Amino acid sequence: MSKQIPFVDYLVLGDKPHLVANECTDCGARFFDRRNACASCFGTLFKKVDIGTEGIVRAFSIVTFAAPGVKVPFVSAIVDCGGTSVRCTLTNVEPSPEHVKLGMQVRLALVPVGADDDGTEAINYGFEPA
Amino acid sequence: MASDDIWILGIKMTKFGKHPDKDIVDLASEAAMAALADGGVTMKDIGILAAGNLMGGGGVGQQIQKQIGQTGIPVYNVSNACATGATALRTAIMAVKAGEVDMGLAVGVEKLAGAGLLGAGGKPKSDKKVYEPKGRYGAVGSVDGRIGTDSMPGVFAQVGMEYGHKYGGASFELFAKISEKNHAHSTLNPLAAYTKRMTLEEIMNDVMIAYPNTRSMCSANCDGAAAAVVVSGAKLKTLSLEQQRRAIKVKASVLTTDPWQEACQVLPDVNTLTKNAARIAYEQAGVGPQDLDLVELHDCFATAELVHYDNLGLCEEGGAADFFLSGATWRDGRTPVNVSGGLESKGHPIAATGIANVWEVCHHLRGEAGDRQIEGAKVGLAHVIGLGSACGIHILEKSGL
Repeated sequence: MSKQIPFVDYLVLGDKPHLVANECTDCGARFFDRRNACASCFGTLFKKVDIGTEGIVRAFSIVTFAAPGVKVPFVSAIVDCGGTSVRCTLTNVEPSPEHVKLGMQVRLALVPVGADDDGTEAINYGFEPA
Repeated sequence: MASDDIWILGIKMTKFGKHPDKDIVDLASEAAMAALADGGVTMKDIGILAAGNLMGGGGVGQQIQKQIGQTGIPVYNVSNACATGATALRTAIMAVKAGEVDMGLAVGVEKLAGAGLLGAGGKPKSDKKVYEPKGRYGAVGSVDGRIGTDSMPGVFAQVGMEYGHKYGGASFELFAKISEKNHAHSTLNPLAAYTKRMTLEEIMNDVMIAYPNTRSMCSANCDGAAAAVVVSGAKLKTLSLEQQRRAIKVKASVLTTDPWQEACQVLPDVNTLTKNAARIAYEQAGVGPQDLDLVELHDCFATAELVHYDNLGLCEEGGAADFFLSGATWRDGRTPVNVSGGLESKGHPIAATGIANVWEVCHHLRGEAGDRQIEGAKVGLAHVIGLGSACGIHILEKSGL
């Protein structure tokens, strides 16, 4: 079985794939990137927290023109996962205004990106209609 | 309170050398946090950030804030070749000297070591392409398209849709109607890049860039420049009567950045910093939104104009759609917005826009706007917002002479 790695380091693969955020231990602010400090309260201690896999779409755009090499059209979306906003691309949905609606319920899905020359597969995340 | 004596309270430098595991924000954050600690203060005490970096992509000040403290203070990203660091320090000193703030932070950062590591110099050991996590998200490939969008039309489309989700009333047609207004306004502006009237159908059927923004709903890329001479009141009094008559009073000049909000590092929050800048500007000027005779705001995309009606207090909270549909922001409405044609039709040569829209307001306040003159204009507001982010607002007033 070929090796699988997450496309970004805040995605955890395995039996129950989910996203992980860095949560400031002082004020609870959550971040998906590597941190120097908390942008909200300047604290320097973080703990890892699991983000829920269900959410609703609170903003989206169907992008038809993008930088060279980016496959279009795609649906960029901001998903509210129980109070934590997540940036994503919607998957398993027709990229048209008839099929994508504000407020629609979605859930985390895995999206294979392809293998490198060693045969290692990169797996990305998206959100699909629930 | 203006001050003639200025002091350095805290100061630090990192070890200089090779730091292959640190990006410019790591280095700058390390220096900034250490300088703050050395001075016994925190980001809360700082009123202005001046940040210098040459080789990075720009906006390093905001990138630093997003790691060490988003307090919404004005950020000046500066560059003056090898004098960049001193320029950052001079900028912070100038703000304290002028009495705008009590305390400022200046940072200078660069990564030049082993340019081979970052750029063209290093030769790969083999031609094999192997996944390698890079950057603060440990990404093994380009994120654009795979995890949301980095494109401006897409980002600002989401900004408009977010408003629609929160308050209702927003639709593709509504945003297109905003664009229709701006294209109509531009027909009277000989300096606009495009002066073509466009129907709603033409706009909605134009090439879709990032739903709901079609091409005509996006700011027009073009070339251009704008410049302004600023003078003190004391100096103005020594100049000719004609110069004094045509001079325009700067009643407010405000710069803000985005304070931390949930989701602000996932979708740029262009709302809070604009609301903050507007509130400070109205206080500085001693006027309210109802006193404005015209507004030139940042319609980088038609979807952006809608949210700024709300952010600038031109309408009640959540009421931007109804406000637009009432006709208020057309040139014959009670709050003419973007009579120049806006960024969508006048154009958006990025660094010029913030002075060009001040020019438009001044042109009307001087009574020199000819065919597109807003009659009797006395007070106007100019607004720009740059992603990262920064918001600049100026309120201008006609001289009493």
